[in-house]
Amino acid sequence: MKWGLAIFIAAATVILVAVAWVQSGGLKQHAMFSATTPEQAVQSLMSQIQSHNYQQAYASLDRSSDTDLASFTREMAGSDSSLRTLSSLQSADVSPLHADNDQAVVRLRMTWSSALGSLDDVRDVHVRRDGSVWRVVWPKLALPNEPPQVVSVNYLRWEVIGRNASQNWGAQDVDSPKVRITSMNAISRPGRVVILGEVENEDTVPAYLNVNATLLKADGSPIEEEGSFDLISHVLLPKQVSPYRIDFPGVRMDAVKSVRMDARALLVPASADPVIAVSDQTVTKDGLARSVLQGKLVNESGRPVNIAQVLAAYYDNSGKVIWVSDGYVDQALMPQVPVPFAVDIPDDIAARLNNYRVMVNHYSQQSSN
Amino acid sequence: MQRSNFIHFAGCKALAVCGLLCVWSALAGAADLQVPATVVAGQAFSISAEGSGQATLYLLGPDHAAKRTVNLGGDLQISSSDVHAAGRYQIILCGSPCTSATFEVQAAQPAHLSFFLHPSRVPVSTHDSIDATAFVFDQYFNLDLSSSAVDFRVTPASGAGFSRQVPTRHGVATIRMDSTQHEGPVHVTAVLGKVEEARVVQQVAAEACGLRMKALPGANNTVTVETEPVRDCSGNSLPDGTVVSFTEVDKAGKSTVDTPIKKGIARAQLSVHGRAQITVACGVVLGNEVALDGRL
Repeated sequence: MKWGLAIFIAAATVILVAVAWVQSGGLKQHAMFSATTPEQAVQSLMSQIQSHNYQQAYASLDRSSDTDLASFTREMAGSDSSLRTLSSLQSADVSPLHADNDQAVVRLRMTWSSALGSLDDVRDVHVRRDGSVWRVVWPKLALPNEPPQVVSVNYLRWEVIGRNASQNWGAQDVDSPKVRITSMNAISRPGRVVILGEVENEDTVPAYLNVNATLLKADGSPIEEEGSFDLISHVLLPKQVSPYRIDFPGVRMDAVKSVRMDARALLVPASADPVIAVSDQTVTKDGLARSVLQGKLVNESGRPVNIAQVLAAYYDNSGKVIWVSDGYVDQALMPQVPVPFAVDIPDDIAARLNNYRVMVNHYSQQSSN
Repeated sequence: MQRSNFIHFAGCKALAVCGLLCVWSALAGAADLQVPATVVAGQAFSISAEGSGQATLYLLGPDHAAKRTVNLGGDLQISSSDVHAAGRYQIILCGSPCTSATFEVQAAQPAHLSFFLHPSRVPVSTHDSIDATAFVFDQYFNLDLSSSAVDFRVTPASGAGFSRQVPTRHGVATIRMDSTQHEGPVHVTAVLGKVEEARVVQQVAAEACGLRMKALPGANNTVTVETEPVRDCSGNSLPDGTVVSFTEVDKAGKSTVDTPIKKGIARAQLSVHGRAQITVACGVVLGNEVALDGRL
């Protein structure tokens, strides 16, 4: 009886220690440091990143990786209130591209879930054999360092003084900005009808804009009403043109007789800063053989842009807008530092594509003063 | 300043009572009261009521009802405060039996103008783009339906002003005007007698016209593109903050910069790789094209 109790306590202790080891990531760590295939090495690294164990993930990298812990953590966890700081790694798909005895290349597709939807990050990762295990070679994110400097920001800012509510009927007020839908195109996509086009702020003041569309049946009754949500640049400066796209999921084109468009503009305070240049735009194929429009964003002002959204309008030979797509950039745009972006283009659209235009929506945290 | 409303006894109950009185007086076949056919708003007047003893006077107006005890056999005074609102009134005098009469209260002399000037911003040289509408009210804010003439005096920022007299119709005078060729504030004043109301419409530059730019080579394969002063077809400068789009196409792809006009000029810096073509646009207006042969 006495021995039985002792054996029971010892066994229970061993079990509890084992459970604690597993719970603290020991199993993953073991797998990471004993990865027997390149895919296992990458999967283990992704598991650590998913668990926010950046230190252990960094420790598992191959020694030839030219990154450091701070850079690696900044790249994976995000910085400067970028979208990556509001994201977490949802899944990672790994597929082998090439392998020999000592080296391998695997295609890694990381899917990050963020406050603004999921974001894909596809890259080809080098993996090296280190004795009996495989380790990932992680390159340092190459971002040019701008020298410390003072950048003057003296772009216009508009403020609005509205009518005093106590004034008489007929007292003068400032009118809402005049905006115009310059083009509208209704197209049928699998499982939905899409309304897209462009809208211009024709006024000399900034506008906060919403474009809504109502699909109508032959008898004039509405089928459905939808807004452009985030597939538009809501704040338009004078003479600025924004693409818009409105999706009607579950609606068939043959049920639609006509479309009623409604562009509503409000007069809002706004700033002409920052100016974001979009450079080196090209339509190409990404690692997964999808058509993408890629390029670089350069924040030309002196203030960081925390979250940027790329909106792209695509035109056919006749200049008609045939598609509008968007993509969020999960890095903050620091002044003068180019940041790459890529937005998807459906393959059938890419085949008819003749021209395109990119604009950038931005969100910046308010400064404290 | 809003007109004060005097409600002596409340809502539905009062209306119900008055309705009953109307029916009662009609059924009784009472003699007519001697009241003036029309009365000017805010002016006291009297009516004569024959008989003796006391009676109850009910006064029912468009926004006002009053009840008081009066002595018959003399003139009954209706105070000015009882007839502020223009419209049809009914007087009911209930002694034995009830009698009633109706009269009309018309607006007094014009004392206020409600002046609408739309829009608050208008592009230059646009036909029928300014709409000026004046509503004529008396001191109690009754719409003055009598015929009068409102004088619209227009003073542009530059050039000679003018005025146009417009007769009112049902208390409203309205004109439409073209915007002039020059940007700046246009003061429009509606005048009726001693009453004036002033408004301002801002004339702003129209679409860009003859948009031109030049490219200046810079260091490290960059080129600075800069527009000439951006003006509309009437020569007015487009306001600062207006967005101008530069697009450059070279072997590295396409680059675009949407930059606002600053001090009349839009400027941007672009990286150029070899031969390049640069175009400029402002809204839906395209400008000139610059071709670079790759030697900066």
